[in-house]
Amino acid sequence: MMPAIKTERLTYTYSPGTPFCKTAVDDVNLEIEEGAFVGVIGHTGSGKSTLIQHFNGLLQPTSGKIYIDGEDLWADKQKLRAFRFKVGLVFQYPEYQLFEDTVYKDIAFGPRNMGMSEEEIDKSVREAAAFVGLKEKTLDRSPFELSGGQKRRVAIAGVLAMKPKVLILDEPTAGLDPKGRDRILSQIRDYHSQVKNTVLLVSHSMEDVARYCGKVLVMNHSRLFLYGDTAEVFEHADEIREMGLAVPQLTRIFHRLSDAGYPVRRNIYTMEEARAELEKLYASKERGRMGC
Amino acid sequence: MLKDITIGQYFPGDSVVHRMDSRIKIILTVAYIVMLFLSSNPAGLVVGFLFLWLSYGVSRIPYKMILKSLKPVAPIILFTGVLNMFFMDGDTLWQWGFLKITREGVLMAVLMTVRIICLIAGTSLMTYTTSPIALTDAIERLLSPLKRFRLPVHELAMMMTIALRFIPTLIEETDKIMAAQKARGADLETGGIVQRAKALVPILIPLFVSAFRRADELALAMECRCYHGGEGRTRMKQLRLRYYDFAACAFVALCIVGVLLVNRFVPAFL
Amino acid sequence: MENRFLRAENIHFSYHTGEGDTPAVVLENLSVAIRRGEFTAVLGHNGSGKSTLAKHFNAILLPQGGTVYVDGMDTREEENLLNIRQTVGMVFQNPDNQIVATIVEEDVAFALENMGVDPPEIRRRVDEALKEVGMYEYRLHAPHQLSGGQKQRIAIAGVIAMRPKCIVLDEPTAMLDPRGRREVLRTIRKLNQEHGITVVLITHYMDEAAKADRVVVMNDGRVLLDDTPREVFSHVETLKQVGLDVPQATELSYLLRQSGINLPVDLLDDEEFAAAWQALMEVHG
Repeated sequence: MMPAIKTERLTYTYSPGTPFCKTAVDDVNLEIEEGAFVGVIGHTGSGKSTLIQHFNGLLQPTSGKIYIDGEDLWADKQKLRAFRFKVGLVFQYPEYQLFEDTVYKDIAFGPRNMGMSEEEIDKSVREAAAFVGLKEKTLDRSPFELSGGQKRRVAIAGVLAMKPKVLILDEPTAGLDPKGRDRILSQIRDYHSQVKNTVLLVSHSMEDVARYCGKVLVMNHSRLFLYGDTAEVFEHADEIREMGLAVPQLTRIFHRLSDAGYPVRRNIYTMEEARAELEKLYASKERGRMGC
Repeated sequence: MLKDITIGQYFPGDSVVHRMDSRIKIILTVAYIVMLFLSSNPAGLVVGFLFLWLSYGVSRIPYKMILKSLKPVAPIILFTGVLNMFFMDGDTLWQWGFLKITREGVLMAVLMTVRIICLIAGTSLMTYTTSPIALTDAIERLLSPLKRFRLPVHELAMMMTIALRFIPTLIEETDKIMAAQKARGADLETGGIVQRAKALVPILIPLFVSAFRRADELALAMECRCYHGGEGRTRMKQLRLRYYDFAACAFVALCIVGVLLVNRFVPAFL
Repeated sequence: MENRFLRAENIHFSYHTGEGDTPAVVLENLSVAIRRGEFTAVLGHNGSGKSTLAKHFNAILLPQGGTVYVDGMDTREEENLLNIRQTVGMVFQNPDNQIVATIVEEDVAFALENMGVDPPEIRRRVDEALKEVGMYEYRLHAPHQLSGGQKQRIAIAGVIAMRPKCIVLDEPTAMLDPRGRREVLRTIRKLNQEHGITVVLITHYMDEAAKADRVVVMNDGRVLLDDTPREVFSHVETLKQVGLDVPQATELSYLLRQSGINLPVDLLDDEEFAAAWQALMEVHG
């Protein structure tokens, strides 16, 4: 199958040839499968934000190539805008980009720029609004009257309405409370399982990545450190901690137990797994005790 | 990217000119401008030009910065020069139809051009060697006697400070909003003037909304830190005049006297 | 000396959302007291009224019913205002929107200049405050050159330069990355432990609350729980119902207890969990 996103020796340097010159993305080779739900992690300055801005052509690589659906993104500059529609990018604090006088019009901004017909626009606006749990009557309200969490969901809907094949979200839950966070993340998960497109979720929270993502991409010092299945990545928990990233408390519990000599797996990262693993351990001890 | 635009023209350094009291620098810049206009004689302008050359040298600002400062005003300089050259009565040197160039015209053109060049380069030196915040501070202090005439000097200075503080923040914000709207397919690069102006709406509205929100939050934070206007305020940094401030004043005074003497005794070689 | 440093007694606060609407009640008959020198975390989801409560503690908002006392001063009395603002310093969520000056040290001096402190004393206190938050080397930088965590530490320095007895922080880490959060929390904890400054930390991060002396959980404008973190987080069901997280260690032990494994209810982190598990196994082993 054709990878949704492929990069070849992707490198990006800020202000080359000046004293401020800095390589933000260094020689990244990557293939992201179509339909994957990928968590992108790395501390601030690791290059993850710069990397994702390449995927829809907002930044042009200093060297190297990017392929979306097998097509070279920068082969023809005339077609660049088409890639922007193919790869939807939701920035950090996206609610600060709202500008229309109704929620409906704001969500319709992207689809209208794509040149969809009025009917298609209407359909995709309503679909997108439904994905993020916005009520019909909210569509006629001014986005500036809504609560912070609602504004954020309007902004996300504005990108969903463009029906991108790849959806990238840069810390969509920053600044939200646990309720708002869980709501948005589960809506994104539902959207992903319905539409079956590719989703990239940039996050600082390993707990969230562990809970929602099937794959994880780790950036460190401008380089790709690791890209693989979530379970595989959590086997490298020690190295990830050395990078200054927090691994979930659950994983830390299992590392402590394993270090203390208990026969438990070290790559546990979800509550269900953790519970099952410890119940199993407890039961085997119980049996051992009954036995003697 | 917008971020790369430098704000103000401050050229950080540690020369004596950099360390001078910013109030004195403003006063001396004004004095220098007066000196330029006092000199009705090319020899006087030579003094003005030498003074400029010396000041750039002492402050270790590269001379090419003089050219850089002149670039934006080059058309004005050219215009003044040409205007003076053609529209001065006197001994005709060259004539073609109604256009004529006179001896006085040429002289006046050279005089005016040099004057403006010195003026621009001189004031630029002040901004090169003084940070915007020090300038604001100096303006507030120099204007403070005007408070008696109900001029809101402190408020104006506070506004300038806050503007300086938030310019980089708002530029960064503009960058972000532009990127976000581009990601939604906004076309900012093509189309006629009307279309381009329309394309700015999705950028300007969020920018204004955000600026107002920031202003609100900042006002609250300032209130929490006991801000209640300029009354009873003290300043951490006390400006103190050093020996080099006095020396600079004396030197400029000397130059002005020099120019006046030149005007009086050296015949203008008209 | 009165031990209850901040006191809110039966306070009520509501505001009108639009014309003719019924006013939205934010705080309802709420009473809470913050003890001198204590590190209190106020937990609650957005809209629970926790920020509104914070703004009552330094007279930005005045209660519509009931009374708020700050170190014995009634916040409704006009002549106490500047005194209250100096007693209770406030730090807000967005680090960008609370820095006034273009140079770090000038910003830290801002409150002192407003208070009319003598210039040499300002200099002394500014340097001291900057060293306290570990930002002295950055004193001549422009704020926009700093990271979020650094900016927030500058904001804290600007507040502690006033020598307040108490600092109220309204979600100071919500916009920061994990490193910035750590920096800011370490700074706050140090101020509390080494200088005995009373700290009220408004947050929705349970891991920040877990390290406080005391946790007040707010919901719908009322106080839902008010106790030590250990006690508060053992109410796993209640916290989940009001949309808050509990530490994963606490949740795991809660789930295992349901399966009949007899772990304690009040485990707060991985270390405690591992120790409890070992203890349990030894008893059985």
